[in-house]
Amino acid sequence: MSAGVGVDLENLWIRFGDFVAVRDANVNINGGDFFSFLGPSGCGKTTILRAVSGFLDPSDGRVLIGGNDMKGIGPNKRPTALIFQNLALFPLMKVWENITFSMEIKGASAKERRKRADELLDMIALPGQGDKLPSELSGGQRQRVAIARALCAEPDVLLLDEPLSALDLKLRQHMRTELREIQKRVGITFIYITHDQGEALTMSDNIAVMRAGVIDQIGNGKAIYNDPATAFAASFVGENNVFRGKVKRMMGSEALIETNRSGDLVARISSANQGRLKEGDAAMMFIRPEAFALAPDGASGDHFVTARVNHEEFEGNTFNIFMEGEGGKELKVAIPNLGQSFEDHTGQSITLEYEAQNAVVVPAGELAAE
Amino acid sequence: MPRFLKEFFDRNGLGIGSLMLGLVLFWTIGLIILPQLSMLDFSFRPNLPPPEIGGPKDVYTMENYRYLVFGPEGGSQSYNAVDLKVFYRTLIAAIFVTIFNLILCYPIAYYLAQTKGNHIRIFALMLIIPYWINEILRAFALRIIFGETGVLNNLLVAAGIFDTPFDFVRNDIALYAGLGYAYILLMIFPIYNVIESLDRNQIEAARDMGASWPMIHRRVVIPYAKPGISSGCTMVFMLSAGALAAPQILGGPSSLWFTQLIYQQFNDNSDWPQGAAYAVVLLVTCILLVLALMRVFKVNMGDIGK
Ligand SMILES: Nc1ncnc2c1ncn2[C@@H]1O[C@H](COP(=O)(O)OP(=O)(O)OP(=O)(O)O)[C@@H](O)[C@H]1O
Ligand SMILES: [Mg+2]
Repeated sequence: MSAGVGVDLENLWIRFGDFVAVRDANVNINGGDFFSFLGPSGCGKTTILRAVSGFLDPSDGRVLIGGNDMKGIGPNKRPTALIFQNLALFPLMKVWENITFSMEIKGASAKERRKRADELLDMIALPGQGDKLPSELSGGQRQRVAIARALCAEPDVLLLDEPLSALDLKLRQHMRTELREIQKRVGITFIYITHDQGEALTMSDNIAVMRAGVIDQIGNGKAIYNDPATAFAASFVGENNVFRGKVKRMMGSEALIETNRSGDLVARISSANQGRLKEGDAAMMFIRPEAFALAPDGASGDHFVTARVNHEEFEGNTFNIFMEGEGGKELKVAIPNLGQSFEDHTGQSITLEYEAQNAVVVPAGELAAE
Repeated sequence: MPRFLKEFFDRNGLGIGSLMLGLVLFWTIGLIILPQLSMLDFSFRPNLPPPEIGGPKDVYTMENYRYLVFGPEGGSQSYNAVDLKVFYRTLIAAIFVTIFNLILCYPIAYYLAQTKGNHIRIFALMLIIPYWINEILRAFALRIIFGETGVLNNLLVAAGIFDTPFDFVRNDIALYAGLGYAYILLMIFPIYNVIESLDRNQIEAARDMGASWPMIHRRVVIPYAKPGISSGCTMVFMLSAGALAAPQILGGPSSLWFTQLIYQQFNDNSDWPQGAAYAVVLLVTCILLVLALMRVFKVNMGDIGK
């Protein structure tokens, strides 16, 4: 298979009446990539996918598939296949008929279809199940049938709308690996939609983080997790502790932040904001729970945080410390459990340290809802 | 006590449960089964003046049924060609009315079920409100439209499409239109009900895979709507075959409906046993026909109730 067919969104706007569901989206998806749109419920992910598959016309801007403008081309004429949030298998057709529906449309003989169905059933590890009805399969099996049905159409781009959300946790994790493997095997472009950051991080080559119709950041998993562009991206992807304040002094790629509660702290300026953040700007600083370490008592300086411990818990792989934080929100610290002894600090005031490169500062902005 | 009965009483309590059960039994047995059985009984008896009923001549006989097939004893023809022809034509016409109705109503039902918005409610109202008008008035209204000097003919002649008025009544077009119109709702609503529960994503999934609209209907919508379609078709067929008002008012002079023959037997000839026999034949034939067609189209009895 070739390098695959890319998808580009150029200044894409989608409005429903006065409501703007997608605001000026610009995304370049490389052919053969596993690309995820990650965002909370209602942020416009499905809307974007429907615009790519052709069920929805852009109010403004363009959708390009393989460099071709898709304007005026219906969903049945696009080289895409969509896997719906609820799968939408045909309940009255047998599994093999479901899988090969796209061939039936093109007039393939029953024998050909049967043969192709058997190949695909082998691929999705459901050999010999072709004569069942979808209702006779488990959730995970139905999931795989939906994937096979989409792949049977030999699309250049596979679109997946939260396909794992109906599955239980174990199966979901298993399907992540499986999806990724299938994608590598068939080599086509996958566009994946999810509100689960774990899914996005584990499977994707690149991720677009969305908030209320706006794309906040595009990058690979590491960049999104370690180097968020906005307060929303920092708070939505993974657990994070926020410190509000303003920029007191710029120090090259780092900045000293005058925080509201914890004194002056140093942090790295996220790459997207290098050169854009100025002294005096309102800012938010983020430090992940696992980036803290216990510091000797009495230590102080621009990379130490002192606060009272509300409570602690033991989670197996980590000791979690919950401390008084900003605005009623607790500061969470996770200390890896390496078999060391660990005393209970509840009620005491303790000091933590972190390394400046593990703290990141972005302009003040909207945080993700809990 | 069978389990479903016990569950029924557990759920509703003994008092309400017995009342409900009693009413349902009264409805089915008292108002439907017993009168029909008495009709069945009539159909096997000779037509006797009241003093002789219960007398020595009042014995079971096949005479009424024989009459439908072979006509009067010693008649000029070997078969009762007139009545049989009416019978056969009624069934064929009822089948055509049903098919015509289905073709007309399926798109309407699909549109109503798959479109969202307030105008749909107005559409539905516009379909329902004409049914507030009684059946006979509606039939006469159609006569006004289809009559030789009716609205339609005036328009067609004025527009120069026809030179002389076309006799819609004599050609049975008025009758078919009337019968079709009479049961539109009974066709639309069962289909509408089923299609409304069809997941829109299934239609979009088929479309996404490249299916054309006819293909989507053939492979996705119609199989799903089959219970509604069969239930609508059964009702329309049964009711058209058994209709009386529309054929009476809109039928051409030469085209009798079988129900009109039954009516004549009961009313004009005062021959209840003969009328009962004709009615039984019509009912049984219709049921057998429906069952046979259900077989052919692989519809279960349970689906009809959906
Ligand atoms: N046909 C429509 N008419 C009006 N508003 C719509 C329509 N479709 C979507 N919206 C609105 O657009 C916004 C984005 O919807 P969308 O379905 O894309 O969200 P989503 O990100 O997929 O959410 P979820 O994770 O819950 O599926 C929502 O606020 C929704 O109410
Ligand atoms: Mg969605």
